[in-house]
Order: sequence, then structure tokens, then C-alpha cells
Amino acid sequence: MAYTEEELKKELETKEYEYGFYTDIESDTLPKGLNEEIVIAISKKKEEPDWMTEWRLEAFRAWQEMEEPEWANVTYKKPDFQGISYYSAPNKKPKYDSLDEVDPELLDTFKKLGISIDEQKKLAGVAVDIVMDSVSVATTFKKTLAEKGIIFCSISEAIKEHPELVKKYIGTVVPKKDNFYAALNSAVFSDGSFCYIPKGVRCPMELSTYFRINQAGTGQFERTLVVADEGSYVSYLEGCTAPSRDENQLHAAVVELIALDNAEIKYSTVQNWFPGDKEGKGGVFNFVTKRGLCEKNAKISWTQVETGSAVTWKYPSCVLKGDNSIGEFYSIAVTNNFQQADTGTKMIHLGKNTKSTIISKGISAGQSQNSYRGLVQVSSRAENARNFSQCDSLLMGNRCGAHTFPYIEVKNKSAQIEHEATTSKIGEDQIFYCNQRGIDTEKAIALIVNGFSKEVLNKLPMEFAVEAQKLLEISLEGSVG
Amino acid sequence: MLEIKNLHASVEDKEILKGIDLKVNAGEVHAIMGPNGSGKSTLAEVIAGQEEFEVGEGTILLDGEDLEELSPEERAHKGVFLSFQYPVEIPGVSVTNFMKTAINESRKAQGLEEMPANEMLKKIREKSELLEIDRKFLSRSLNEGFSGGEKKRNEIFQMAMLEPKLAILDETDSGLDIDALRIVANGVNKLRSKDNAIIVITHYQRLLDYIVPDFVHVLYNGKIVKSGTKELALELEEKGYDWLKQEAAV
Ligand SMILES: Nc1ncnc2c1ncn2[C@@H]1O[C@H](COP(=O)(O)OP(=O)(O)OP(=O)(O)O)[C@@H](O)[C@H]1O
Ligand SMILES: [Mg+2]
Repeated sequence: MAYTEEELKKELETKEYEYGFYTDIESDTLPKGLNEEIVIAISKKKEEPDWMTEWRLEAFRAWQEMEEPEWANVTYKKPDFQGISYYSAPNKKPKYDSLDEVDPELLDTFKKLGISIDEQKKLAGVAVDIVMDSVSVATTFKKTLAEKGIIFCSISEAIKEHPELVKKYIGTVVPKKDNFYAALNSAVFSDGSFCYIPKGVRCPMELSTYFRINQAGTGQFERTLVVADEGSYVSYLEGCTAPSRDENQLHAAVVELIALDNAEIKYSTVQNWFPGDKEGKGGVFNFVTKRGLCEKNAKISWTQVETGSAVTWKYPSCVLKGDNSIGEFYSIAVTNNFQQADTGTKMIHLGKNTKSTIISKGISAGQSQNSYRGLVQVSSRAENARNFSQCDSLLMGNRCGAHTFPYIEVKNKSAQIEHEATTSKIGEDQIFYCNQRGIDTEKAIALIVNGFSKEVLNKLPMEFAVEAQKLLEISLEGSVG
Repeated sequence: MLEIKNLHASVEDKEILKGIDLKVNAGEVHAIMGPNGSGKSTLAEVIAGQEEFEVGEGTILLDGEDLEELSPEERAHKGVFLSFQYPVEIPGVSVTNFMKTAINESRKAQGLEEMPANEMLKKIREKSELLEIDRKFLSRSLNEGFSGGEKKRNEIFQMAMLEPKLAILDETDSGLDIDALRIVANGVNKLRSKDNAIIVITHYQRLLDYIVPDFVHVLYNGKIVKSGTKELALELEEKGYDWLKQEAAV
């Protein structure tokens, strides 16, 4: 485990992004702007095969024809797509012998983030030895996974080592022309993860700790592809609670999940990017396309805890293609200060007897805006489709907003769709009640918020849930009084 | 232990407490009675530090310390407990979790470590037995969907868990059935000691049959208009408040 409770506590105590910091480190960067040459250059730098380069170019050409979407219930200054540098790999990491040799500015950042020494070494590319816990854990992980035939590596590596798998599945769930950001991502994605679980294999561990290490340094256009072959199971954890500051304003990731017949994928996310300062300046824009495809009897669950970013635009979705397949979406989205979130899900029922569940918990504080936008679509051949949606909003103070936009499109009469929505406020009387029992206001809010979010927190893997709870606590700090 | 001197409190420019004097010593039980709207709950909440009320003149001393500058949670850490007339619901937070948090927050304020889990469990078991509470009940969300009586019993369970120095019970008897009243009152009596004090606010003699007070006060129109021993409660039961109102008007 990379994280003991103690380390976690320390990390959270630093509450670093309240202060804001950034690093200024040399990196191997392409000139700003985006054109075909840049796309080709990215592909070259990553030593990709021609089909991949061509794939990127097609995406790029499509993107050029597309308009940035306007419909999300958020307002922000549009990024200048020609003002961004699309490739910025950390300098070819020379293997340092000790941390003393590492750029002090980078170390400082790590310290502010409260990252353990071991992990600092790993992240900074210091030569690592077998004694080090987190790394040896990672090595053990790798071995265990390999024994089961599980492939878990960076997407760049997968493109080189397992081209047949990548070629077969990439873009099949989120086509490269799917939407503006997905097209952009397809053209320029820097890195990300690839995971393949062979037939009938139950992945013996949460793909988490390893992922954390693996993920460090991946850039603003991440690409993730998870394929669960027939009858397999995997639980996948993305992100971490460590507050991450990123100079990249724009993040446009694509995540594709494929659950073949009888397979199950649990995908959990904790996202805590820099939300901007108290005035709302400098935060990350997070425009993510996440979608899963369920074949027969397959199941995909998305669980997410969103606390970061200035602007979040995110709808993890399930395409329930196979008969009897199941899609689930459990979400907690917290917005504070000037944050804006427009999140939700799409459940597309194509197969017979398909079932979906949506539980969304939105918490708004400060002057933030928190929207749930969900689509439940039942196609004409989806006999006996069922959906249950529940959207609860919790407001703190009078200046924030919560909005719910449930869209339902049903083309088959046998469908059963249920939708429930509630809005509540944290009452002064609840806070006083807690105060009277010796619980201060900040802790009281955390308690109330945790209670409100419980149904979703319960869906997270144990260790992640503990972290998520603390995260909710710090995200709402200073939001009352 | 508690000394209230000339206490005035108002809300939105409306004066509710109009000069209260009350002295409660360790080991004592005081009953406060009085007609609806006379200010009993207000007094209780002002002692607990409810900021909704503006405290004008007057002081509240706990063991000689002025409470004025202390937040409600600091007062709680010093051993003030209020059993609410209308306990609020906190969805999704179990009684157990709530108590665990409350106890540990108080311990933290006193520079103590968190209470070890086994000790906590032992205490929960002991106190739930004392109040004849089904343990399953404790994993339910705090006060959510509790019946009126269950809420009140749960308040006293919390009192038992927190072992306060000064407990104020605001109409704990209302909503309790006859058996529950006996159980809860017995629970309270078991918690009595020479080191703590209890203020019971009630409308009925019935509760005072079980929790026998050393003193009875009548609050009327924001003032204590009469104080006496337990016989005063009996007299009130018989005669109502009119004679006192008349006396007060004179
Ligand atoms: N927040 C408030 N705003 C306005 N008036 C208030 C507020 N709180 C209390 N009051 C008023 O103060 C007076 C005293 O109320 P309080 O609740 O203390 O009475 P009480 O003696 O406890 O009555 P009961 O026996 O009915 O419980 C009432 O007239 C009540 O309406
Ligand atoms: Mg009252």
C-alpha cells in the first residue's frame, strides 16, 4: 500500500492547493499550436506504428470540422486551442542516484503535495531499489498480474506491445469523431493506461496503487482503454485524492470500457484537480468522455467522487448492448467557491432486459453551480428495460445552485423508468445540534455531507472510501461561517 | 456549578429572557416549569450557546468561568449537554457514528487520544442496555424516522454516552409512553451523582415523580417568578399557572 492512514492524514493536512504552487522545469516540448505536423510529430515521438498515426490524423481532421459544445450548464473562457502545447514529456529521466540530485523545485512540489519519500523518488525517476515498499509492491503486482495473463500498462506501451488488441478496441466505444473533446483527444492523446483481462479471469486486486505510480506524469490528454474479456472481472481505480496542481488548464481525457459477455468492470474515480483559487482563477477545465460498452450479461459500474476542477463536464455512460446487461452510475460531485460542474450519465438501453441504476449526489457550496444531466434512452428493441434514477442535491448557503436535467427517451412500451429527485439544505439547527454534542461546525458539515453521500461512498472500494471521505471534508473547508 | 445572573436574551429585537437568576450546585436536580412560550427552551439553548439568541445583559458562569465567549462545542467540551425538545434528523449518519464522533471530538479538545474501538463498543453496549435500546436501532440514521418517544430516549442515550457535568433535559418526557418514561427516568437517575447537575424542563408532575427535584422554578414571561421545593410542582399541577401570573402582574 502506498498509503497508510498516517501518511494520508499528513497529506491532507497540507491542504496544499490552498496556497497554489507550480513547477518550472525544463521539458521536452513541442511548439504551441495544433496542425497535422504536430499530430504526426506526437505520433513519431511516441514511436507509434503508421496505423496509429493515420488514426490520429483522421481524428484531427474531424476535429477541425467540429464546434466546441455550448450546451453544458457552465460558463468559462474558452481555451485557445492554438495556444496550447500538445506534447510535453518530462525530460528523459536520467536515473539519479539520490534525491539530492533531483531538481529542488520538483521536490518542493512533491513535498507540498505530501507525497512520501519513496514515491517522490519514483516520480522523479530516482534509481529505485528493491527495498522500497511502494515499488516492490508494484513489482509484485506486476508479477501477479502477468501470471493471470492480465495486461496492464501504459497505452503507449500497449500500442507497441499489443497492437492487435489496441487496434481492435480503441475508438470502438468512443469513436474518434464522437464529440469535440473526444476528437481532440484522439488526435493528440499523450498517454494513459491500457488494461486487458483475459477470458474467465478475475483480477485478484484493485488496480489502484500500481496505477497511481503508473499514472504520475501523464498529461492533459489521457487515454484509457479497459477490455474485460468474456466472463472476467476487474475493479479499476483512477486518480487519487492527493490534490494535484497542473499548469495544464485543459484536460480532455477519453476512457473506454469494454465488457464482453458475462464480464464485469467496476471503474472508480476520485478526481481532485485544482479548482481555482477563492476567486475562481486558475483552475483546471476537465472535459472528459467516458463510456462503457456492455455485451450480453455484462455489467459496468461507474463510481465517481468529483471534488476538483474549475469546470467539470463529464458523463460516464453505459451502452447496454447485450441482453441482460447492467449499467450503474454512482456519483458524488462537490462544488465550492466558483466551481462549476455539469456531470451525469447516459444509459443507453439497446438489449433486452437491460437494467440501469443512477444515484447522483450533488453538493454545492459557496457560489458554485452543480448540475446533474442524465439521459436514459430505451431503444425500440429493448424489451423490459428498467431504470432507476435518484438525484439528490445538498445546498450550503444561499449563493450556490443545484440543477437537475433528467432526459428520458423511451421507444419501447415495456420499459420501466423511475426517477426521484430531492434538494435539501444543511440546516442551522443540524449544525447546532452537532455543535452541542461537541462537534465543531466544520466537522459537522463533513459528517452531514458524508451521511448524504453514504450510498455512493459505500460503493467505493474500502481504502478509497476512507480517502474520499477525507477529501469531501477538505473540499468543503471554509464553506460555512 | 452553574450560576446565571440577570440574564437577558432576545431574538430579532424581541426580548425573551428578561433577567434570569439561577444557581445550580453540583449534585442537585432543578426543575423548570412554566407556560408555553415563557422562555424555557430559550434559556436552555442560551446556556448551550445557541447564537441565534442575542445575549444582552447578564452572565452565565460554569464552575466560575464565564461562558459568553465560548462556542457551543466548547461548552459541550466543558460538560454542558442539552437534550433537545425537538431533536433534528441527520440522514445517513448512524447513531453510533454520531456518538463516536462526538466523544472523540470532546476527547480531542481535552488533548486525549481517540477512544479505542473496544472501549467504545463496551460503552455503547452498557448504555444501550441501561436505556433498553435495541442495538439495531443504533445503526439507523440519527433521528430519521424515529418516533417522538424514540427520539427522546435517544437523547438520553447520548447523555449517558457523553456523561455531562450539566445536563439540561428539555421536555424529555413529552412523547414518552408510560413504560418508556420509567425507563428513561431510571436511566437519568442512574446518571445522577454528587459531581453533576441536572435541569429538567417539564410541564408535568409525572416526570418529577421519577426524577425528584431538589428545587422547582417557575418561568413566566422570561423571568423566574417563583422558586420552591418539589411541593411547588404539586401545587402547580393542582392550581395551574393563573395564580402566579396574577402574582407576577402585581
Ligand atoms: N427564533 C425565534 N424567533 C422568534 N421568536 C422566537 C424564536 N425562538 C423563540 N421565540 C419565541 O420566544 C418565546 C419563548 O419560546 P421558548 O421556546 O423558549 O418557549 P418555551 O417556554 O420553551 O415553550 P414550550 O413550553 O411551548 O416549549 C416564544 O414566544 C417563541 O415564539
Ligand atoms: Mg420549549
